[in-house]
Amino acid sequence: MTTQYRTIVRDGLWENNGVFAMLLGMCPAMAMTGTATNGLGMGLATAAVMAASSMLVGMFRNQITQEVRIPVFILVVASMVTLVDLFMNAWMHELYKVLGMFIPLIVSNCLPLARLEAFAGKNPTLPSLMDGLFMGLGFTFALTLIGAVREIVGVGTLFADASLLFGPAFKFMEMRLLPADTGILMMILPPGGFLVLGFLVVGKRMLDVRAGKAIQMGGAHSAA
Amino acid sequence: MKKQRTWSHGLILGAFCLGFGIVLAASDHITVDDIAARALEDRLNSLGQVIPDSIHDNNLIEDAITMMNERNKEITVYRATREGKVTGVAYEIFGVGYAGQMKLMLGLDAQGKILGVRVLAHKETAGLGDKMEVKKSNWILRFDGLSLDNPLPEKWKVKKDGGQFDQFAGATITPRGVVDAIRKGLELFAAHKEQMMDLSAPKAPMKEEHK
Repeated sequence: MTTQYRTIVRDGLWENNGVFAMLLGMCPAMAMTGTATNGLGMGLATAAVMAASSMLVGMFRNQITQEVRIPVFILVVASMVTLVDLFMNAWMHELYKVLGMFIPLIVSNCLPLARLEAFAGKNPTLPSLMDGLFMGLGFTFALTLIGAVREIVGVGTLFADASLLFGPAFKFMEMRLLPADTGILMMILPPGGFLVLGFLVVGKRMLDVRAGKAIQMGGAHSAA
Repeated sequence: MKKQRTWSHGLILGAFCLGFGIVLAASDHITVDDIAARALEDRLNSLGQVIPDSIHDNNLIEDAITMMNERNKEITVYRATREGKVTGVAYEIFGVGYAGQMKLMLGLDAQGKILGVRVLAHKETAGLGDKMEVKKSNWILRFDGLSLDNPLPEKWKVKKDGGQFDQFAGATITPRGVVDAIRKGLELFAAHKEQMMDLSAPKAPMKEEHK
């Protein structure tokens, strides 16, 4: 793996993480993280959209002129979202029943669009695909982590109903960490989303500081 | 020169629109049958939970009619028949919960006794109000076998309101909404029994209903 790809992977998963560093895509990061399972499902759907649209834009970057790039980017993201929506409805129906109403919202998630503008529009196909994929996986990681914290503190389970969503093979993921009816319910209600996100952003910065790095001021100035 | 550039921008955008339009049309063509099949499975599933297979020999979805409910909303009434006689009906009922409308499916036998009730869609608080889902608790099963005069109408309430149904821990508004919806559903059956049981009425089209 060359240095460039290593940077892309590290940026996407941690350094410049879409949620914890750039603070983009807050709508799904709040709305779909009541449980770790929902966060994981929403994250994977977004990652699929991001990988596909980044790859396409990287592929056609020389044909897309500066003046029409924004409508084209929106068109690409919207088409990919529609494809995910159709395929998931047809072939991953259980997951679709939970995430269905949130899939169209990926269009309005600014993270895919920000990556097209900041990266894929200027880079060849393969690095763009990697950037979209790992930014998406970083987003998945963030949503799953937020969901896991909220679920454990809120209801005392982890990955509840994962087997309903992903198939019986995922039964092993379902755990009960605290006895029933001991959770702090607020954590799975909307305030919990804000609290957990805040603590996790602080946690990431503290880890970065401890590792002797300068605090990354968001990177959001270049994207949002 | 400037004009030419403007044209080429339009052409680029148009080409992308055309390309993605073709891709989307093709994908729709590939998935349309599967999606329709899933929707049908969903409906048969929710119907199968409120109308036991043993009481009918027909296709519930084929023998459906549409009618207006008490709030003038069109609902689909599915009828179970055996040997040409109606043995049960099922239709959607609606209640108001803590976080908006709840949609339930109510199944009744020909005498108006409850065969089963299931929640189809709701936005109640996870961990509190969702105990009405059958996979979370068996609270909803206690309605099986009841009817409009068992218990008496004034007892068709949650205990907090002087009725006979338990609310569940921490939530009163959700069970109140459910009990209310079921009672209204039973009243609808009492008021329109003939219409619901009339097999000669025109059949509802088998199309998928979108919300």
